[in-house]
Amino acid sequence: MLVSVAGAVLILLSGEKRRNLREFWSVAAGAIMFLIVASMLPAVLDSKTIEYTLLHIMPGIELKFKADALSVLFALGASFLWIFTTFYSIGYMRAHKEHAQTRYYAYFALALTNTIGVAFSSNLFTMFLFYEGLSIITYPLVGHKQDATALAGARKYVIYLLGAAKVFLVAAIVLTYNLAGTLEFAKGGIFPAAVQAAHPILLSVIFLLYLYGFAKCAIMPLHGWLPAAMVAPTPVSALLHAVAVVKTGVFTVLRVVLFVFGTDLLKNLGVNQIAVFMATFTIVMASVIALSRDNLKARLAFSTISQLSYIILGAVLLTPSSLVGGISHITMHAFAKITLFFCAGSIYISAHKTEISQLSGIGRKMPWTMTAFAIGSLNMIGVPSVGGFISKWNLAVGSLEAGSLIVLLALLASTVLNTAYFMPIVYKAFFEKEHDDGHHNGHHEDIKENPFMVVPLCLTALGTVILGIYPDLVINLAREVIR
Amino acid sequence: MEDIILNKLNYPILTITTFLPMVGALIILFLRNDRLIRWVALATTIAAFIVSLPIYQHFDKTTFKMQFVEMHQWIPAFNINYSFGVDGISILFIILSTLLSILSVLVSWKSIQKKVKGFFIALLITEASMIGIFVSMDLFLFYLFWETMLIPMFLMIGIWGGQNRVYAAIKFVLFTLAGSVFMLVGMIVLYYAGGKTFDILALSKVNYPVTLQIWLFIAFLAAFAVKVPMFPVHTWLPDAHTEAPTAGSVILAGILLKMGGYGFLRFSLPMFPEASKMFLIPMIALSITAIIYGAYVTLMQKDLKRLIAYSSVSHMGFVTLGIFTLNATGLEGGILQMINHGVVTGALFMCIGIIYERTHTRVIADYGGLARAVPLFVIFFSIFTLAASGFPGMNSFMGEFLILSGAFKATLTGGAISIWGVVLGVIYMFWLYYRVVCKDVNPVIEHHLYDIDAREIVALIPLVILIFFIGVQPEALLSYMHVSVQHLVERVNGVGGGGMEVLNTVKAVGEALK
Repeated sequence: MLVSVAGAVLILLSGEKRRNLREFWSVAAGAIMFLIVASMLPAVLDSKTIEYTLLHIMPGIELKFKADALSVLFALGASFLWIFTTFYSIGYMRAHKEHAQTRYYAYFALALTNTIGVAFSSNLFTMFLFYEGLSIITYPLVGHKQDATALAGARKYVIYLLGAAKVFLVAAIVLTYNLAGTLEFAKGGIFPAAVQAAHPILLSVIFLLYLYGFAKCAIMPLHGWLPAAMVAPTPVSALLHAVAVVKTGVFTVLRVVLFVFGTDLLKNLGVNQIAVFMATFTIVMASVIALSRDNLKARLAFSTISQLSYIILGAVLLTPSSLVGGISHITMHAFAKITLFFCAGSIYISAHKTEISQLSGIGRKMPWTMTAFAIGSLNMIGVPSVGGFISKWNLAVGSLEAGSLIVLLALLASTVLNTAYFMPIVYKAFFEKEHDDGHHNGHHEDIKENPFMVVPLCLTALGTVILGIYPDLVINLAREVIR
Repeated sequence: MEDIILNKLNYPILTITTFLPMVGALIILFLRNDRLIRWVALATTIAAFIVSLPIYQHFDKTTFKMQFVEMHQWIPAFNINYSFGVDGISILFIILSTLLSILSVLVSWKSIQKKVKGFFIALLITEASMIGIFVSMDLFLFYLFWETMLIPMFLMIGIWGGQNRVYAAIKFVLFTLAGSVFMLVGMIVLYYAGGKTFDILALSKVNYPVTLQIWLFIAFLAAFAVKVPMFPVHTWLPDAHTEAPTAGSVILAGILLKMGGYGFLRFSLPMFPEASKMFLIPMIALSITAIIYGAYVTLMQKDLKRLIAYSSVSHMGFVTLGIFTLNATGLEGGILQMINHGVVTGALFMCIGIIYERTHTRVIADYGGLARAVPLFVIFFSIFTLAASGFPGMNSFMGEFLILSGAFKATLTGGAISIWGVVLGVIYMFWLYYRVVCKDVNPVIEHHLYDIDAREIVALIPLVILIFFIGVQPEALLSYMHVSVQHLVERVNGVGGGGMEVLNTVKAVGEALK
């Protein structure tokens, strides 16, 4: 019975590809997918796993799917937010009269198929397949506008992702296969004890290859693609940043840390210290860069880079609390960041503004949007009663467990920086008078919020608050992962 | 006689498969109507394909022995036999030959308008000699087919080729003949050293003195390296590929290049195991050079066909790398990658042929925006591009995976360097795709463009199926070769250490010298 559930997911996933010519199908497919993923929840919370093998390719290499706590946590967030993104897309695309909408929705659905595929992969091969698929599928989405900047951005995006995957990941997977003889995930790692003893340096190198091969996690210095990908339409940015792409990156790193290497091995190798350093560096550095950006989407992009490294940091600190913090931050950050991007898009569509310095007084014109934005910002900062607090708390505890004062200080510093780059926006929007330079008069009159866009963004903002007050589900799933 | 299994079917299946195309060619000789000639050629190739199928059905995968063996005395004075047989190494090449021949006929349907009769005769003779090469168990017979293949290929390039066809054809023949001459000398030496026999199996069992092995290895290397082609004797390939008609390019890429790799497997490794190991490092170095250098040269090509031709140099570098890892994983990867390369590059050449038929230009800069002009074509082209760049779940990925896995086992550095070749592979394929498919349509060629028709779809679909089938079920192919490859590895490594050990020995010597 359990197998058939996973099988049904697959059939649905393939079905979407062809039917997704209308927005209705997008919504329906998202809803059905969400329900199916949700139906796996009780079983997974009972520490069961659902497996489905599609094809045996070679000994140790299979096309195989498995649902465990980590995958359900990720898939649940992705499919849930997808429903909102679709509604939002309808508003955005229609208001903006974008071209090639059919292509847009079709690739959107395909991107999600690949994301869910990554979530439910039960071995490195399957995961690599969907990971690569996602890179290629999102290329036309990023370059949707098809003008020179869009194409250049999209090219940078795809070169970074595919290049890193080929340079580092193929080597890492081949070496893993040679050393372990299998690519199947297993709790606590797949390398036999003899190999662990014989090749410590090689294993460390492999780990770093993985860390940088999964360039979607945007750890510095391989973060350049994320700001470049900002040329995409806003719903795509939201999807990239909150739901699909970057979360796939950190998800894959978590998979490798927990299910390929195992925490004990990494601790023994000591290689996690390098990763901790890089993640900490990325957190602080990206926050500083975010401060200097006036373009709203660019600032959000650097904020994403910084927040992603929270998750990586949680993973590589290797203590129970930090892992829970990192894993739960996948969901927390997803809800908050999607809200923020929805807001950015809403401002762009309604008021045609992209720079932060133009936003003075917009809060009065677009109260719902900017309220949601404020909630999203609070989440990023990590104020109690919003989701981000829970994960940040766990991360901070984790850094103490690991006995690393520097990491704790970095976390605190980044909180200050987060405040510094988000709060001025909120302040500007609500408390500053708009600059009246005469040019925009008359234009301001027709700033109206688009209901198709405002409703989803309010709901996701509400979601962050609910997650902050009732984080049990996420925390339990995260605990289930590391148990 | 203990390591062969005589043909148990009540008809000589290998002889029929080999000579059926010859019969077709003979029939065509007496026909006058071009239409009829095309149909007869198609029927012949399909018949040969169907006839070859029982080989797979009745093949015994559990033994390395030669199967379906037919043996008759031919020239007793020199102990030359007419003997055919297949084992796990050669079996897959037969179906590749028969399949690609059908597709070659299909893609030549419209593009060949002059001297139709001659073209299809040449094509069918080429098919017969290709199959002959892979089933020959006698060195003399092998050499006969090896040289026979050259003539129709020369004619195909020289008569039905592009503008520079004569130059390309002569260059092709000169390179290959020069290589073959060395092999001929090697053969004669081998004949006397191996106890006056041309029987390949018997020759493979003799342990030759090491000095002789080295000389013979070099002689055979000359012939095989040209065919593969390995760096630095690859220069004939881009010219031949570019000027050849589509069917010629498909056969060149699909089969002819594989003959070199097959030669290494059938002769160099089992007959000269010690020499193979001594040449291990230079061979791996040459392979990696071909991979990287080939990829860089590919990047700067402005001509569609030349681009794919140079990418072959890089891909075949992977094949030789796999072969000279001298471990089972790498060897199987090498063989699988030869099949993959035949399928994918064949498909890409067919795509280029199809689009060239419409626009009559091969300059990449003339293209662009095909996605809007010919969407159906682009769907196929996308699949082949992804396959060529080694997308997981498609055939080339499995081949590259095995080769790299073998390479990492043999030498970490070598494996690490060759990874860069994979990356370059992605770059040149995607860049080509971007330039041809995206952007805006060139108005000059726009009105020439029309989408592919049923015949072309029929020709491309089997390749798409193969790409995905091998990608997810490589075991279906690998299972044929497991035992034979294992036997080969044992033979090579039986007389000393494996690849890694040789490297270690070399390292130890280096240490001692310090």
